[in-house]
Amino acid sequence: MLSSNIKGVTNGFPLKIQVEKVVEKQVEINHDFLRNIFPKIDWKAFSDASRIMGYDEMPEEPPEPSVLESNVEFLGKFHHALLELHLEEGALLCPETGRKFPVNKGIPNMLLLEDEV
Amino acid sequence: MWYLCVFYHRLLDYRKPEFESLADLFGAFGDKRSSDFNTQDKVLQWRLPKHHHPDSPFHFVHLPSEDVARNIANRSILVKGIYEIWGEGNDFEELEEAVKSYPDERKLPYLESESTFKVTVDSFGKVLSLQEQNERIQGLSYIPFKGRVNLKNPDHNFWLMETDENETNNGLPPVVKRRIFFGREIGGADRKLIPLYQLKTRNYLGPTAMDAEMAFLMANQAQAAPGKLVYDPFVGTGSILVSAAHFGAMTMGADIDIRVVRDGRGPDCNVWSNFKQYGLPMPIGLLRADNNLPPWRPGLKEVFDAIICDPPYGVRAGGRKSGGRKLLKGIVGPYTVPDDKRADHIPSTAAYTLVECVHDLLDLAARMLVMGGRLVFFYPVLREDGSVETHFPEHLCFKLVATSEQMLSSRYSRVLLTMVKTSLYTEELALAARIKHLEFRENHLKWLENGNLHSLVFSPADAESGDSKVSKESKPKYRGKYV
Repeated sequence: MLSSNIKGVTNGFPLKIQVEKVVEKQVEINHDFLRNIFPKIDWKAFSDASRIMGYDEMPEEPPEPSVLESNVEFLGKFHHALLELHLEEGALLCPETGRKFPVNKGIPNMLLLEDEV
Repeated sequence: MWYLCVFYHRLLDYRKPEFESLADLFGAFGDKRSSDFNTQDKVLQWRLPKHHHPDSPFHFVHLPSEDVARNIANRSILVKGIYEIWGEGNDFEELEEAVKSYPDERKLPYLESESTFKVTVDSFGKVLSLQEQNERIQGLSYIPFKGRVNLKNPDHNFWLMETDENETNNGLPPVVKRRIFFGREIGGADRKLIPLYQLKTRNYLGPTAMDAEMAFLMANQAQAAPGKLVYDPFVGTGSILVSAAHFGAMTMGADIDIRVVRDGRGPDCNVWSNFKQYGLPMPIGLLRADNNLPPWRPGLKEVFDAIICDPPYGVRAGGRKSGGRKLLKGIVGPYTVPDDKRADHIPSTAAYTLVECVHDLLDLAARMLVMGGRLVFFYPVLREDGSVETHFPEHLCFKLVATSEQMLSSRYSRVLLTMVKTSLYTEELALAARIKHLEFRENHLKWLENGNLHSLVFSPADAESGDSKVSKESKPKYRGKYV
């Protein structure tokens, strides 16, 4: 969802992920929520990101919406990639400038420094 | 069908908006999936009992079914009970006649011998002794109760409610006149939520954490529900998201202060631990971001079902945005932080006036809310001459559906605004917002000086004691922070 908003950067999305520590958390699955959020995601960026985090189950091409309605196994994998994999430590890199947005304790710091505003 | 709704006598401005938001959520206005957001004026029909004042706790409301009534009442915070009324009158003789003539098919199913029941006697405006209560229950012997009495967990709970003029001298004017109601309880608020979630026992608190009751009201106004995604751009300690999560929504939050969001007060005292304390699902993401320069990818829109927040008014907590104070005033040029210090540098921030903050919030909401999504936030207003200015922030994408005032002091109140997104966010709107954003930056100094709410609230009282008497009287004496 996030992009680099440094002044002057035209192509700030997607941010590259530099992984230092991935944490897997247990989250209760909610099918309605997954179906709701599916159309809002940029699938390629999402599946690339999950691969970088060490999970290879997400296909490169976005699945047909009907898959979400019927395929419970896929929903489970989608749920795992979306909600259960957390980047605990690492960074998000601006694709254009290489500027690092650090991620500590699971929280990305997107604030720009004084000369980037 | 008409039902009697009895509200708790507090937060008076919040009662009907909460009820109507929940009515909409539970399908009282027909098919919720209709995309006709504009023309449907979703307002319920209300009727006051004879001789009652609008501030009375008793209101008749028209709802399509008992299931809808039950769902609304059970989820609400301010509905003491909702009842199917079997009879009402000015005295017990009138009541008896009314109950006797109420159709049998509406009464007999609930009086069967296999069921258990209980009769509760309640009075508003006076206290009845146990003996007086029992006498009234005995007086209902004309009703053919066949079931067994169960005081702890009955199948059916009947209420005999009496209202009377309040004759005590505590400044309360008579809000009700004498009227007696008898009805079957359908549902009511679960007030146990409030002590359960109260801030007194909250793991991680901040100075502006939202109190539990108000946080639930906000979540109800926003129609938080399972499957939905709720966002708070000023998340702080997460007090508002906790209530949304309680009602089943997934949550997400951001704050400009990284210490509040990431560090908290320790590994077991932070936003995450608040959710853990109540066994609620964690937010799907927390980030440190500036609403003035948000980091969303271009093309990202219509993602959130609701945005609920309490923006900084600048009175007890000031808002901040990116850019050094001196930078924006033009005193120093933009400086570059040396490379070895860049990683942990906490960028200086500048004052963020309420006007700019609200502009950014509306722009964010217009873009990021789904159609029909709700924006619920507090807006501070000055109370001058006893009345509240009625000019609230507006945006082309939104329709204002509710305003509820809570008096904080004689000088100012905060008003909970509920807006529904009824139009799409267009390129023109995005452009207009960018222009306005630049205008704020150019005139940063000017905005700082005008309309500083903090000084208006805390300035010493003016020597116009005559005026202050007038201002106190225009709002009835029984209105205060919690009523």
